[in-house]
Amino acid sequence: MSTDMSTWPKFVLLWTDGAIWLLVAALVAYVVMVLRKPQLAATWGRVFRDAPALASSVVLALCLVVTLLDSVHYRAPLPAVAGQTKVAYDTRTSSLLDALLGDLLDARETTYSRPLAYVSFTKESVVVNGEVQRVAPRLQFGGAHLKDPASQWLPDIAARGGTGLLWGALAALVAGTLLTGAIARATRQPLGATWGRIWRKQTPVPWHVALQTLGLLCLVAGPAAALSGPYHLLGTDLTGNDVLYQSLKSIRTAFVIGTLATVATLPLAVVLGILAGYFRGWVDEVIQYLYTVLSSVPNVLLIAACVLLVQVFLDKNPGLFETGAERADLKLFLLCAVLGLTGWAGLCRLLRAETLKLRELDYVQAAGAFGVSDARIMSRHIFPNVAHLMLIVTVLEFSALILYEAVLSYVGVGVDPSMNSFGGMINLARNEMSRDPVVWWSFASAFGFMVALVLAANLFADGVRDAFDPRAAIFRSRRLRRPVAAPNAGGVKP
Amino acid sequence: MLNYLLRRFVYALLVLLGVNLLTFALFFTLNTPDDMARLNLGGKRVTQESIEKWKAERGYDKPLYINREEKGTAQITETIFWERSVSLFALEFGRADSESAGDIGHEVAQRMGVSLSLALPLFVLQVIASTAFALLLVMFRHSRLDFWGVVSCVLLLSISSLFYIIVGQFLFSRVLKLAPISGYAPGLDAIKFLILPVLLSLLSRLGGEARLYRAMFLEELGKDYVRTARAKGLAERVVLVKHVLRNALIPIVTSAGSYLPYVFLGSLVFESFFGLPGLGAYVIEAISKQDFAIVRTMVFVGSLLYIATYVLIDVVYTWVDPRVRLS
Repeated sequence: MSTDMSTWPKFVLLWTDGAIWLLVAALVAYVVMVLRKPQLAATWGRVFRDAPALASSVVLALCLVVTLLDSVHYRAPLPAVAGQTKVAYDTRTSSLLDALLGDLLDARETTYSRPLAYVSFTKESVVVNGEVQRVAPRLQFGGAHLKDPASQWLPDIAARGGTGLLWGALAALVAGTLLTGAIARATRQPLGATWGRIWRKQTPVPWHVALQTLGLLCLVAGPAAALSGPYHLLGTDLTGNDVLYQSLKSIRTAFVIGTLATVATLPLAVVLGILAGYFRGWVDEVIQYLYTVLSSVPNVLLIAACVLLVQVFLDKNPGLFETGAERADLKLFLLCAVLGLTGWAGLCRLLRAETLKLRELDYVQAAGAFGVSDARIMSRHIFPNVAHLMLIVTVLEFSALILYEAVLSYVGVGVDPSMNSFGGMINLARNEMSRDPVVWWSFASAFGFMVALVLAANLFADGVRDAFDPRAAIFRSRRLRRPVAAPNAGGVKP
Repeated sequence: MLNYLLRRFVYALLVLLGVNLLTFALFFTLNTPDDMARLNLGGKRVTQESIEKWKAERGYDKPLYINREEKGTAQITETIFWERSVSLFALEFGRADSESAGDIGHEVAQRMGVSLSLALPLFVLQVIASTAFALLLVMFRHSRLDFWGVVSCVLLLSISSLFYIIVGQFLFSRVLKLAPISGYAPGLDAIKFLILPVLLSLLSRLGGEARLYRAMFLEELGKDYVRTARAKGLAERVVLVKHVLRNALIPIVTSAGSYLPYVFLGSLVFESFFGLPGLGAYVIEAISKQDFAIVRTMVFVGSLLYIATYVLIDVVYTWVDPRVRLS
């Protein structure tokens, strides 16, 4: 007997999904806290007053949306077979992003094809009029709607691209108006006046930069969306999968590694760092010894060793996962844990040094004299004053780990080969670049997406570092700094 | 001085013992010798006898940490942990897990030279190039050149080293045919195989290093002695090169020195991409073959070099900065 429930997909909470959503919850809580504390809000205001940081936060926010869409997983129910009592589910785990990009996922060719191509990259022998000829066959999906591709192809691309551009412009307009409206509401000013001030670049936070970035992204995304349905915008890879789809999926992998692995270092680094700095003496000696030992082992080797062991563990316990995707995900989760467990030495050393300085300050001494317990001093007086270091290191590590993932995947100790990642794409690209003619699009896509993501992360990290560590700000080239505008007009409200 | 070195040496030995314990725990406790044997002999249908034979050949047929069958000190010495540790500290690395790989010590000795011939020129050029570039930016600080210099630094460091390698190989080896794509030849012929990896590696690290050094120079520029030097009427060039550069050498030595261990281990990825038979390529091969004996040995060798470097850096400090007293 089948009920309505049987048509519902079975939701799957992967390990990294859970972690990502927990982090999002923590992020929301942090934002609420920042908005309540004028001091913190002012510092974050300084971050967004830095134009590159603001522009890159728009890019990062977009990547975050893609990541979140890709972090809701389910298994679709299979059509019921006669006499079936239990609902069977697809062995493939899909995400919301997969559902959105269903066209790209289903339009699978047989092998390589160039970006926007309508014929295959490789030639096949076909018998034409009794003669064997080497021709590139038409693609099954890419440009399949064209009746006479030779003459229709370019006009079709131009028409679709143009329409896409118009839609993109419209989307940019809507998004821009929404953002302006939000700013107007926050500053309690009429929409027109706010718009005028943004246009004349008179807002303390350079909102015009945010709007420009948003507009540019919309103008790129519009034609891309319009063309990626009937064509393969970035071509297909060896097994005929769409490269654009792979690149978008890789964003999540990069994001997960960048965030989870850094967050995983925090507990050990913070607790041990503060303990060592606060208690000094033998506690300090032991903790210093621990991180000296850990940092003495070359990082790649330590990670490689741990990942090999994770591999052995997964092979021994096949009961922990139902599908291949779950296995790959557990491996990614454990990889993040390994990166966290092996990477805490640097931050720990930094926090120890800072705590050593802080504990001599009057307010800490006074707290001690009032009989406040050690645990309370550390959590209430020391921790909030080293938290900015934690934040700076976290954002700096984010981009470093995304780059690291590519190297680890190359060495063979990165994410599972079945999981889309920039490292995996580059790894395959190595052979593709030595083909003749060159298969360059997979490599170029991985390059483009990865540089955009890492560059945005780096610029954002620089903004955060300059705002939270004023000493670092003097190292900026002066032309990068905006003249300080009048405070409390627009921007992040205290 | 001698006293200090002695204490550093003892501490280094302690750290090395810790590394040894850590790697042993990682490799033998989580992954027992039986598992290793099964992995190497292949498949699940391996008889217990063949496992025992494999273990006996490699000396893995004893208890891990404590041998309860023996008496006295033999309880500790007749174990895998003791035997492995002693042989590691004596730099006898034994044979690899897989049949074809042979003696590890021999391989390490052979490959060390190749790694060094890539890494040492790279290290020296790296420090020189980054310092020079940073000094140039500082000389024209807050100008258009400085601005775009910093921008290109950020751009350079946002690109994965793998991209430099793949694009570099494609451009210089395939299209322009200036250097061989990969391979190695001993002697002077090695230069033509080494030049591309050295240059690409240099480029891939330039952005991060130059930006860091620039910050160090700027920090020095804000100090009193610089004002004094300028007040004396010294030319800006002299101030920068004679005064600032010398004082900035301390943080530069620390920063560059932390990279030295990788110099010896060889850049894993570069060696493997360019087919250079160095230590880095050896490690990658071992990882892909899941040869735990090699990985374990390389962890030890890597840490040994790392610790040695740090002692070396401390000694170099006293040379670049007479104010530093070793105590």
